[in-house]
Amino acid sequence: MFGSFDFAILWANAPFLWNGMLLTLQLTGLAVTGGLLLGTVLAVARLSPIKPLAWVVEAYVNFLRSMPLILVIFWFYTLVPKLIGRPVSSFYSVLIAFVMFEAAYYSEIIRAGISSVRRGQISAAMALGLTKMQSMRYVILPQAVRNMVPVLLTQSIVMLQDTSLVYVVGLRDFLTSADIVASRDNRPTELYLFVALVFLVICFSASRLANRLQRKYAL
Amino acid sequence: MGSYNWNWPILLKEPYFTWIVTGFGKTILIAVLAWAIAFPLGSAIGIARTADNRALRYAGTAYVDIFRNIPLLVQMFLWYFVVPELLPADWGRWVKREMPYPQFTTAVVCLGLYTASRVAEQMRSGIDAIPRGQRNAGLAMGLKPSQVYRYVLIPVAYRTIIPPLTSDFLGVFKNSSLALTIGVLELTSQARQIEEYTFAAFEAFTVATVLYCLVTGLVILIMRILEGRTRIAGTLAVGAQ
Amino acid sequence: MIELKNVSKWYGPFRVLDDCSMSIAKGEVVVICGPSGSGKSTLIKCINGLEPFTKGTITVEDISVGDRSTNLPKLRSRIGMVFQNFELFPHMTAAENIVLAQQKVLGRDRAAAEAKGHELLDRMGLAEQAAKYPSQLSGGQQQRVAIARALAMDPIAMLFDEPTSALDPEMITEVLDVMVKLAEEGMTMAVVTHEMGFARKVANRIVFMDQGTIVEDADKESFFGTPRSERAQLFLSKILQH
Repeated sequence: MFGSFDFAILWANAPFLWNGMLLTLQLTGLAVTGGLLLGTVLAVARLSPIKPLAWVVEAYVNFLRSMPLILVIFWFYTLVPKLIGRPVSSFYSVLIAFVMFEAAYYSEIIRAGISSVRRGQISAAMALGLTKMQSMRYVILPQAVRNMVPVLLTQSIVMLQDTSLVYVVGLRDFLTSADIVASRDNRPTELYLFVALVFLVICFSASRLANRLQRKYAL
Repeated sequence: MGSYNWNWPILLKEPYFTWIVTGFGKTILIAVLAWAIAFPLGSAIGIARTADNRALRYAGTAYVDIFRNIPLLVQMFLWYFVVPELLPADWGRWVKREMPYPQFTTAVVCLGLYTASRVAEQMRSGIDAIPRGQRNAGLAMGLKPSQVYRYVLIPVAYRTIIPPLTSDFLGVFKNSSLALTIGVLELTSQARQIEEYTFAAFEAFTVATVLYCLVTGLVILIMRILEGRTRIAGTLAVGAQ
Repeated sequence: MIELKNVSKWYGPFRVLDDCSMSIAKGEVVVICGPSGSGKSTLIKCINGLEPFTKGTITVEDISVGDRSTNLPKLRSRIGMVFQNFELFPHMTAAENIVLAQQKVLGRDRAAAEAKGHELLDRMGLAEQAAKYPSQLSGGQQQRVAIARALAMDPIAMLFDEPTSALDPEMITEVLDVMVKLAEEGMTMAVVTHEMGFARKVANRIVFMDQGTIVEDADKESFFGTPRSERAQLFLSKILQH
């Protein structure tokens, strides 16, 4: 079965594959950052007492969670250049798609994190005379953040895996680069197994880290 | 956006209308068949992860760890391009030449096995959430471990994991779109194809979006009814992330 | 010092509090008791505005709690509250719990706040636990830290909402001892509790509530001697059996 396994092909194309990995990491990093920022805004909006605002955000989140990510990518890939009026590199279209998509998931995690802080804590903080802002800042948010971080990390690992979907618009991330080599040299086995192994190692380590954070810091 | 020529009626013309219908049908079919694999398999693996037998537990954990840490798209490529090469010669030949609907079948198998890992996680957390005392009470009555699972643990676990299972079930519908990368003409790929032929991007993608939202809404509704009918008084839902 | 006049609270048809009136004078210790669901916790939480009420007035040293223009945080900083579930902030040490509100609400500098905290913990024999997190403390210790946290604000009155109900039996005494000492030092206290031994020792008055109304409001001797209402008699007979 593994008799004709050809490791050399991995060595030969290492720079090309590495560039693909860089793009994957870049896309993930930017999408996580953007997603967290937008997700926080959305979460705060959903928890706000202004009902219409909360309702709109809830509709947005539910809407985005009903669609496959591939469809969202296609939407932004065709829509962004039309909106801006001129051609846009697929990297930016895809990045916007990822940020909008992941923000919906992040906002749910953040909202759940804030809601998970015991109600009694708010009472205790206010009973001491702390204002609402002070209660949020010193009592609620520190606890919410500690509970949220492991789950946010898990979602970011999912995000890393999701970036492989840029294949459908031909963006040269790690998987697409491997696919190019695999098709060109007709060696799918070595390339795809390699990609699988790399992801397995990265994601497995990251999820172990998330577990450790959970055990150490979650309240 | 002003220079866009709206063209909704084109979606009702042939062949585009048929494309949408068959695409939607394929999406549903892939999802349902994949779930038919994932649900029983995932339940079994989830149960294995709570067993007293260490070998069973490790095997279950290994399965889940492998399937959850490799991107689904990579798994799809592995199944379609790599597995036929790695199989013993006769099987490999059958898969490559004689298996009916190769792309469709591969997509279903891939999605089914992946989703099974998610179901396994839900099942495990559902059973773990049941207080140990329940298991002990069952054993103390003289029930065998398999009976304890069958009559005490599993019925309760299934009820409490309905909400997270719903989200995984919806995930199967959404993930069916990945089949387009190996050539299955499901809904999203058909929408893309219509866009390429007619340039009616907005219209085509809107139809696809609406159909997905419809499916989601329907599934959530059915699951809510199911949850209401089977609820055990006083329990809260539990699930894995 | 604290006056409640015709306080009522309702949700639709459900009356949580029905025309409750009582007063607590400076230095008085009032114990509020009654069956579950009688509204006693809600009533005490109305005093510092944690629970809103639909009708009536509550004044603390002539400041109206229900009035919109009242600065609630400022008022709350002058009344201490102790909760059934302790509600220490789990991400802070015992000392930090006590220092937080002193700094942020009263504006004390850190050194003064810490000194006050240590003094209070010391008085309760908890000096060793200052740097520990709530999860590392027993229930009785947590509740005593919670009392210290409230006392650090130099309150004019202390409200206790079932302070020992969540404690294991062997830890109830250590908390009650602190409360007894507080009473003997002249603190104005309103205590919701089932601990009748405590009531007998230091209470000036007992208030008995049932289904949202104040059924009886008598001084200690009368209440334990011959309570006037049947419901209070029934309640006492059930409680005092232990």
